[in-house]
Amino acid sequence: MTALHVHQVGPGVAVQDLGRTGYLAKGLTRGGAADRLAVFEGAALLRQPAHLAVLEMVGTGGTFEATEDIRIALTGAEMTAQIDGATAAWNASHKLTKGSLLSIGPTRTGTYGYLHVGGGFAAEVMLGSRATHQSCGLGDLVAAGDRLPVGQDKSDEVGLTLPSDTRFGGGTVRIVPSMQTDAFADDTRARFEQTIFRRDPRANRQGIRMDSDGEGFSTPKALGIVSEVIVPGDIQITGDGTPFVLMAESQTTGGYPRIGTVLPCDLPRVAQAPAGAALQFQFVTLDEGAAIEARARAAWDALPKSATPLVRDPASIQDLLSYQLVGGAVSATDTPLDKG
Amino acid sequence: MTSDTAYTPRIRSVGLDGVLVTFGDTATDASNRAAIAFRSAVDAQGWDIIAESSSTLVSAFFRIDLAEHRFDDISHRLHDVLATQDWNAATLPAGRTLWTIPATFGGDRAPQLAEAAEAAGLSEADALRDLTSTRLRVLTLGFAPGQPYLGTLDKTWNIPRQKELTPNVPAGALVAAVRQICLFAKDTPTGWRHVGQSAFKCFRPRGDTPFPLAPGDEVQFADISAKELAQIEAKVNDGSGGALQEVLE
Repeated sequence: MTALHVHQVGPGVAVQDLGRTGYLAKGLTRGGAADRLAVFEGAALLRQPAHLAVLEMVGTGGTFEATEDIRIALTGAEMTAQIDGATAAWNASHKLTKGSLLSIGPTRTGTYGYLHVGGGFAAEVMLGSRATHQSCGLGDLVAAGDRLPVGQDKSDEVGLTLPSDTRFGGGTVRIVPSMQTDAFADDTRARFEQTIFRRDPRANRQGIRMDSDGEGFSTPKALGIVSEVIVPGDIQITGDGTPFVLMAESQTTGGYPRIGTVLPCDLPRVAQAPAGAALQFQFVTLDEGAAIEARARAAWDALPKSATPLVRDPASIQDLLSYQLVGGAVSATDTPLDKG
Repeated sequence: MTSDTAYTPRIRSVGLDGVLVTFGDTATDASNRAAIAFRSAVDAQGWDIIAESSSTLVSAFFRIDLAEHRFDDISHRLHDVLATQDWNAATLPAGRTLWTIPATFGGDRAPQLAEAAEAAGLSEADALRDLTSTRLRVLTLGFAPGQPYLGTLDKTWNIPRQKELTPNVPAGALVAAVRQICLFAKDTPTGWRHVGQSAFKCFRPRGDTPFPLAPGDEVQFADISAKELAQIEAKVNDGSGGALQEVLE
């Protein structure tokens, strides 16, 4: 079987997909990719279904070699990427020929980068999904020496790119009122909306801590509430008033009150905000939220139409570089011109 | 403790992910029974908009895509089901499982039985009698996959969690607090007191039944010696820990 041979790999690389559903009653949360939009983008670039498994990479990627000619796509947080030493554009699909070395280095901006392969990664399906959920004993992090099986590819089209997105540097995130929003005083909710938070470095696939300078957001009404259902995007306020946005691998229930819930379509922005990035939360009504989410989903489904040829001649590295300079997401602290 | 007989069930949206129907604002046995019975009744109606359902200590949750389906319409439908009966008095659904799970209490394998008994104002013998004679119900599963919160013990067992965490209580442990027993799915730091030890695996990801327990199932613990537990651990390799099961009519 075709495989991707892992020569060397960073400490936070794992196979993910859109997660496993149907087990909430059993205490198993959905899990899956932290940035679901990136999964859809990779699928659009490779002209394949979005349920196929991908590699999620935090911080840095690794060095990979294909055992046969394969197609790859790179999405999510931009990382330095080279194929046999030549820069490979992010947010694009490429051919990786047998024996070529793909090197994916540190993140330039954002948090979660994704490597997609034509046919998807054919990791073992457990409980209906290939998503790694380490704390539950489902799958393991990728390690040097691994041979990651690659599924059957049905296309040979490469050299596509998607318009770049703005979700990698923080920004405004829309939230809907949720089950305990009423337990927070009006002025606490107003202050919550006005506060510019910073994404704390303490963040993982369970949840992301939000820092701010003023007083906390606790509610005396919610002390001692009964543990209740958690959904991804819930913003829980811990006892000292600190907000945490709960992510893909949060527990299925929790005892801290939720001030609101991030719209699913805005959750990738939270996931991708690098440490220190500014984030602000904006309440929308449930009806507005439903309409925004429905429009976003239609846009995610239409991504394949937005995938356009990267360059006239995909072999031309000069053109790849020029695309990168025009379209790459730019971080305040890191100049793409200095690297790669 | 608030009386939940006066509690009017609440229907709330949870993000855009679903709808929660809550039967009490404190974790009472009646509100848990209501949540389990209500979930089962709605599931039996087979609504095609429900992707999956679950129940917590006091609520039934229906995962429904609220970007596609209007919350107000769903809320009306759920109100109609609520109005069909007094859910606090509802009988639990048929077809649940009664589990008899062997466990050893006290001693080296469960060193906090005496401490828990003292906190409950009981002798160790009386504590052991309570823990092995009370038919407990799976109130909900959570915190770790397949991990049950079992209740409800007599009110004398309303013992608080200890302030300091015990760094590592092993999988299969029975730990006690707030009138409940939790049966750990994996090694866990905890403030609950370690009163018993079983070889029952709550999560068997590679087996035919990855999650043996379901909310509403009943559990009875059978007292065995540490030596008998060691024999089960050595010989039983299907994760059952020597537990027996029968279907409740």
